[in-house]
Amino acid sequence: MKNTRLTIIGLLLAAALLAPATHAQQAGTQFIGITGYRVGPYGANGAAFFSGFIDYLHLVNERDGGVNGVKLSWEECETEYNNTKGVECYERLKTRSATGPTAIHPMSTGITYALIDKTAADRIPLISFGYGRTDSVDGRVFPWLFPLVSNYWDAATAIVKFIADREGGEARLARKKIVLLYHDSAYGKEPHPVLEAEAKKLRFELKMIPVPHPGNEQQAQWLQIRQFRPDWVIVWGWGVMTATSLSTAQKMGFPRDRMVGNWWAGSEIDTEAAGGAAAGYYAASLNLAGRDFPVVRDVQKHVLDKGKSQTPAKTVGSVLWNRGLAAAMMTVEAVRTAQAKLGKKPMTGAQVRWGIENLDIDAKRLNQLGFGGMVPPLEVSCTDHGGSGLVRFQQWDGRQWKAASEWVSGDRALVRRMVEDSAAKYAAEKGIRPGCLAAP
Amino acid sequence: MLYREAGQFKTSYAADQQLLPIRQDRVALIVLLAIAYLAVPVVANDYWFNAILIPFLVFALAALGLNILTGYAGQLSLGSAAFMAVGAVAAYNFELRVPGMPLLASFALAGLCAAAVGVLFGLPSLRIKGFYLAVATLAAQFFIPWLLVKVGWFSNYSSSGVITAQPMQIVGYVFEQPVEKYLLVLTVVALMALAAKNMVRSAVGRSWMAVRDMDVAAAVIGIPIMRTKLVAFAVSSFYCGVAGALYAYAYVGTVQPEDLNLDMSFRILFMIIIGGIGSILGSFLGAAFITLLPIFLESALHAITQQFGLDLVPGMTSMVQLLVFGGLIIFFLIVEPNGLARLWQITKEKLRLWPFPH
Repeated sequence: MKNTRLTIIGLLLAAALLAPATHAQQAGTQFIGITGYRVGPYGANGAAFFSGFIDYLHLVNERDGGVNGVKLSWEECETEYNNTKGVECYERLKTRSATGPTAIHPMSTGITYALIDKTAADRIPLISFGYGRTDSVDGRVFPWLFPLVSNYWDAATAIVKFIADREGGEARLARKKIVLLYHDSAYGKEPHPVLEAEAKKLRFELKMIPVPHPGNEQQAQWLQIRQFRPDWVIVWGWGVMTATSLSTAQKMGFPRDRMVGNWWAGSEIDTEAAGGAAAGYYAASLNLAGRDFPVVRDVQKHVLDKGKSQTPAKTVGSVLWNRGLAAAMMTVEAVRTAQAKLGKKPMTGAQVRWGIENLDIDAKRLNQLGFGGMVPPLEVSCTDHGGSGLVRFQQWDGRQWKAASEWVSGDRALVRRMVEDSAAKYAAEKGIRPGCLAAP
Repeated sequence: MLYREAGQFKTSYAADQQLLPIRQDRVALIVLLAIAYLAVPVVANDYWFNAILIPFLVFALAALGLNILTGYAGQLSLGSAAFMAVGAVAAYNFELRVPGMPLLASFALAGLCAAAVGVLFGLPSLRIKGFYLAVATLAAQFFIPWLLVKVGWFSNYSSSGVITAQPMQIVGYVFEQPVEKYLLVLTVVALMALAAKNMVRSAVGRSWMAVRDMDVAAAVIGIPIMRTKLVAFAVSSFYCGVAGALYAYAYVGTVQPEDLNLDMSFRILFMIIIGGIGSILGSFLGAAFITLLPIFLESALHAITQQFGLDLVPGMTSMVQLLVFGGLIIFFLIVEPNGLARLWQITKEKLRLWPFPH
């Protein structure tokens, strides 16, 4: 009796809480919807990236007073790296402002896939900076999707090239054994076709070994690796998986300087968690780590020192935090590009899309923005929604990431051919007529 | 006073056997359906359709499927998400490979494929019970997503094993707008819930319950145990399969088999535990609780922090939300272990007496 009454009170209280909060963003600002994640197994990685992203938005407001006088506003929604939550966040952020959420950075290949159709229907650009669906480089089939700078196939071919260089040329790669140790998800399977093509072309022996999510137990996989006795291991890891790979490799006695990660398996979060086991490990990178960049100093001066942000000091200048800065910079520059054509006011999704498609951030502009040397130049067009495809290899020296190569690219011709084949197949399956969209 | 069946006399067997014997219940259901079909499409926006109503209906259907198996037939299963994956991938392949295939036919065939797989993984239930059976269905949960990814044919050799649903077209009409998708899902779910409600009070449902309550006694009175259990697996997996197809086509638009993982199976299991085991209404209440409460909690917390100008550490609201959600689950299970559906039943009994309880 009493219990029932209690329960009903509980239900009513819950119902009172249920009233969903909708509130308009400040009118006249460029609203940016952020689908981020700071909890869950990948929370540490997401926290670093999205802190950097937001710190850069703060910087633009504090130092420049917005983009051509249009202030930025934003809201972050927690996705927990979960696809259905990502869809929910996207739908929520979409309603927050009359101009839409500017451009979405899901920081998750799975959420990118889930949003491809939705963003196209809603006319909102989707930026996947170094992840996502590789064949979306063909902007004629995927007008609303931008896998900026480099994609997984660029990364995979660049890693093969890097290994070939260490072995003394592509010819020496024949009959070598390479293992791809991958996160068993859409993200981990993305490089398979291109690596298979490379294995055929360069005649090395490829073995692909999956690690189930979240990847904190790899004894069985490394026993397999020990049996196979590979010359190199490519680590396509994410979150806790990478650190576990490194420490298990140490336990099994596999040399770390024969392991190459991609850019999601190459941050301080991965190597520091592995402790001493990480020394010597290589990783391809989209951006350099470090605080010696003018933009990082500006963020320190205008944002962190003024107490505008709660980013921990340790995160500043880390690989993923710097990548967050770069991602935000690309969004802001896309808005600026669109404004140059359409006027200094908040831009809608379609206008920002045009801005991204016409981005041209050359070395000079990068220096002006304070990003010189941190990221490669970026030029986007309708046929190429990616960019330079350049990556730079870094090596963990036990304390920090050190550049181990110049900006290099993989087999661009092979990647482009495969992208066009795959995009054409997708277009046929979905009944899409490829073509460029007109300016808004 | 309002909810009292005094004066409602049944004069025929048909009237006595009808689905909802109390007039107030019939009126309430009609009003509810009228709201769902007429008022909601006018009032709700895209966010409500895509992020709240469609997922709620899809998961309610999956929970209904599991409730048939676990709640009515007493067979514990941890493979619901895997059967959803079978349904999603099967619908995709029927649409892709059979030219001119009607969408609803693909959904039905997808349900049948899931049913066939369900029967296969239900075979161990003939020998093992309870937790041991849960482990056997766990095998389905690991095996099926692995197989769907391993064999490229299922995803039409997509590079990352992700399938993207084709546009939903029924007799030349494309269901594209969120409101159209919502109405389609609502119709499918309403019809299947009606079928389930009728099934559980017919001979087949009664034999499920007999097997659940005591299988030896059921066998003694002549209920074929094997057939009953396998039919339960088939029907349950059919519901899960259709839910999976709706998940792919109306809700997310893409399916990664590893998304429909053990976590998802557990969520569906929690839905029926919180909603009420062995109750059709409970499946809906549980799905509402598990899918919607976190969203509302987060919105509410967001509103509170905005209201009071709190500058929390980013990510804090998400953690608070998880804490509150967990706390609410424990609260409801302590005050009513039989689930929300039982709570509703108690409320109904009280309403009959209200306002003169003595």
